[in-house]
Amino acid sequence: MFDETPQNTLPGAIKLPGAVYTISVEVNGKACTEEAPAQMTLLQFLRERLFLTGAKEGCGVGECGACTVLLNGRAVDACLVLAVEADQASVRTVEGEARDGELTLLQRAFIEHGAVQCGFCTSGMLLSAQSLLESNPHPNREEIVEAISGNLCRCTGYVQILEAIEAVGEGMEEGG
Amino acid sequence: MSADQDYKYIGKGISRLDGPEKVTGSAMFVHDMTLPGMLYGKMVKSPHACARIVSIDISEAEKSPGVRAVLVGRELPYKVGIYMIDKDILAKEVARYHGEPVVAIAAQSELAAEEACAKVKIVWEALPAVLDPREGLSPAAPLVHPELASYSYMKGVFQPQPGTNISHHQKIRKGDVEIALAKADVVWEAKFYNPPVQHVAMETHTCIAQALPGSQVQIWTSAQSPFTVRNLFSACFGIPHQNIRVHVPYVGGGFGGKAGIHLEPLAYLLSQKAGGRPVKLTMTREEEFGAMPSRQGLYSQFTTGATREGKIISLVAKYIWDAGAYADYGVNVGRAASYSGAGPYEIPNCHIDSLVVYTNKVFGTAYRGFGHLEALWGIERNMDIGARRLGLDPVEFRRRNVLRPGAKTITGETVTEHTGRVDLCLEKVAEEIGWNGIQTEEERAQAMAGGKVRGKGVALLHKAPAMPVFTSSAALLKFNENGSVDLLTSIIDYGQGTYTALAQAAAEELKMPIERIQVPWESDTAMTPYDWQTVASRGAFMGCKAVIAAARDALQQIKETASQVLRAPVEELVCRDEVVFVAHRPEECLSYREVVMGYSYPNGNSIGGPVIGRGHYIAQGLTHLDLETGQGLPALDWTYGAHGAEIEVDLDTGEITVLNLATALDVGQVLNAQSLRGQIIGGVVQGLGSALLEEFRFSPQGRLLNAGFVDYKIPTSKDLPRKMSQHIILTEQLDGPYGARGVAEHPMISVPGAIGNALYDALGIDFFELPLNAERVWLGIQRKRSETQDTLPGAIKLPRAIHLDKGGA
Ligand code: FES
Ligand code: FES
Repeated sequence: MFDETPQNTLPGAIKLPGAVYTISVEVNGKACTEEAPAQMTLLQFLRERLFLTGAKEGCGVGECGACTVLLNGRAVDACLVLAVEADQASVRTVEGEARDGELTLLQRAFIEHGAVQCGFCTSGMLLSAQSLLESNPHPNREEIVEAISGNLCRCTGYVQILEAIEAVGEGMEEGG
Repeated sequence: MSADQDYKYIGKGISRLDGPEKVTGSAMFVHDMTLPGMLYGKMVKSPHACARIVSIDISEAEKSPGVRAVLVGRELPYKVGIYMIDKDILAKEVARYHGEPVVAIAAQSELAAEEACAKVKIVWEALPAVLDPREGLSPAAPLVHPELASYSYMKGVFQPQPGTNISHHQKIRKGDVEIALAKADVVWEAKFYNPPVQHVAMETHTCIAQALPGSQVQIWTSAQSPFTVRNLFSACFGIPHQNIRVHVPYVGGGFGGKAGIHLEPLAYLLSQKAGGRPVKLTMTREEEFGAMPSRQGLYSQFTTGATREGKIISLVAKYIWDAGAYADYGVNVGRAASYSGAGPYEIPNCHIDSLVVYTNKVFGTAYRGFGHLEALWGIERNMDIGARRLGLDPVEFRRRNVLRPGAKTITGETVTEHTGRVDLCLEKVAEEIGWNGIQTEEERAQAMAGGKVRGKGVALLHKAPAMPVFTSSAALLKFNENGSVDLLTSIIDYGQGTYTALAQAAAEELKMPIERIQVPWESDTAMTPYDWQTVASRGAFMGCKAVIAAARDALQQIKETASQVLRAPVEELVCRDEVVFVAHRPEECLSYREVVMGYSYPNGNSIGGPVIGRGHYIAQGLTHLDLETGQGLPALDWTYGAHGAEIEVDLDTGEITVLNLATALDVGQVLNAQSLRGQIIGGVVQGLGSALLEEFRFSPQGRLLNAGFVDYKIPTSKDLPRKMSQHIILTEQLDGPYGARGVAEHPMISVPGAIGNALYDALGIDFFELPLNAERVWLGIQRKRSETQDTLPGAIKLPRAIHLDKGGA
């Protein structure tokens, strides 16, 4: 639909007739403005325009979760979102999680619990887990299993990932 | 613990060294790389399982916007292969599997390349295809490779049979099976089947290649073995090794699928045709399933003879591999599975014929466990069937036959006190699942009334690395100015944790903190030392041996310099905590930092020089297997193990829930407790994929029907057993590093057997084919219900031996 009537959907964003839009998006707290063709996915936009390659493409069709990012705080498969849909939105990618070189609790837990092997699923896994913990700081095992069930990992067998997330949930509890 | 050694690092649960890069998204995979001027490659693939290419019209594709190179098979006078040089880089006259690359295009963007691919016009003439390897053995079968006689292959190891579809026939001959079968009190037969499946590494195959002037080549690839890529690339194109530079950064999983050589030659040829611009070829998930290698299917059959007392005296096994269109690793999978092909049992008379058969399907390659998951599915189900025939408890039947010290394997190797204890693994898992014997039919009938039934089963496993006799590793320990160390290796850590284990060995030997050792996460054939391949659970074993040798070499260099400064003989110097000192006068000392770049005396005179420790390890005493009898010494180390499973089956849906899965492995020594646990859990869950979910489905014409995650399911976090436990036996491997042996593949093997045996216990139904998905189990339940209705109550007829008997096996 963007191809045919771009003017009506994204006023003022057209650079090439019917094809390229200017996207303004807040990524990891920073405002970015870049051009993107209509068919470009958010995943491609992040990886190819912003060079944020933490989010991976494991399937490109919404089946593996390797591309998971947070769009306005919600975990989404970035391969299923068009870049133009992220215009004016805020996006969090794995690159923005650590602050000033300080890993998040969850990142540290992933390392300490052996939740990482090849690492290809890790970015997506972390963001699915992070989004769970932000909406439900003390999830039980079942809720954790559910939250990462859309993120495929071929290496770990998931157990250490579940343990890492659980540990953070419990840690938060202690911290009150 | 094998020795009461007090290690500082070995055995500890040290977290992965690359954790921070991976949790911050900064670890760079080839998937993430772009180079200046880089083009993107795409392929046109065969829509047929077997078809002649009548004509290819690329004229429109060449004119398509952004296109820089179009390649067709006919212009490529090359063949590639690891053990058998049988594969065209693009199909030439004939395409041999659905999904085989036929035309390749490099363009400015992936989209431009895709659009150009859509403009290629190919006229096909479909040919009869070989889709079942048993039919492929028939003299009337079409030949997948009529030119087999002309191919070069690794002689003395493999035996292709020109004029047939057999790329390798491995024989094992021990004793006299005919006489022994005649003497046996009980003889039984059984047939089994494993479908082809896929590795499903989360990073699909991807590489970038650049053809540079002066036949120089640069390759960045998501591969397990940079030196093997280089070696096979060199053989393919006749380019000298030193001109080819292969870089392997972080790799997103391999599991065998990225061993050997895959996309690199095609990317290189595209680059060459595009005037030397780098070309990246990345498989979509669909292509990963359809065009990249798989784990080959297997039809297995066993005739087993045992004495009344439950001692197996004769085993005749036949393995028929559905190898797909090219040999790749398949020939070696067929070889390796045959020398392990009787299971971890002492069998005095054994004949095995393992036939690797070309078919018109996507080709097979190495996959974690390398033929063993497949063969042991049948072997371990066969053990339970035999136990029943003998009226023995399956655990007890195994006890009476397992390999123990003094036993001889089927290739003539003698098991020693130090080979590993499969018997202890068996006892451990039996205990863990509360094994109390097979249920009676009455007990089952009672349980069935509740709609859900439970069952327990065990299965044993063993595996040794399948590798050439000359397999070797090397390591360099290069000191930095501040006394820290770079550990250089060309083993690839695509998730297993090998680099962390190597750093632990280096820290242990160099007597320094592990934080001061770094393993650069990029192997580069021009910079890191030779290593054969990262496969076969040999990386940590051989890599650690090389690192230990390199550390000793480095310490010797440190001591030689220190000996002059401290005026003490080298033999009297001791290294500890980054300090070298005189044994009896510890105050006479130098820090490593003062020595490792050369020592400077106060007046400026300097001695010594940069310390670089060098170490290597080569497998010792291995022999080729005799081509006629299979006798010889193929194994660096045997790792034994067992799984015990308790499952619950929903009678209405056929769905299996795994309640408990206990795993025991004799690892010799733990190198890293955390990664060992990770390897076991990860392997077991992958094994559950093979057991319960995974299979390639083909149309009657040989088209792959499920090349995506919608129809090809791998385990998710929801598919885990309710309980899993890991148990370690420590029988020191005398030549292993710190007594350890390889274990990365083993956890996956025999998971299907344990589930299949538990399924019999639950239902009283023998299943012979994988996967044990809900549909298959449900159909089995229905069949049993209909069969038992027309027999006397209580008399359970065994289902027919197997439902695969249309072919010639
Ligand atoms: S790449 Fe987006 S879900 Fe797989
Ligand atoms: S760690 Fe490799 S896919 Fe999850």
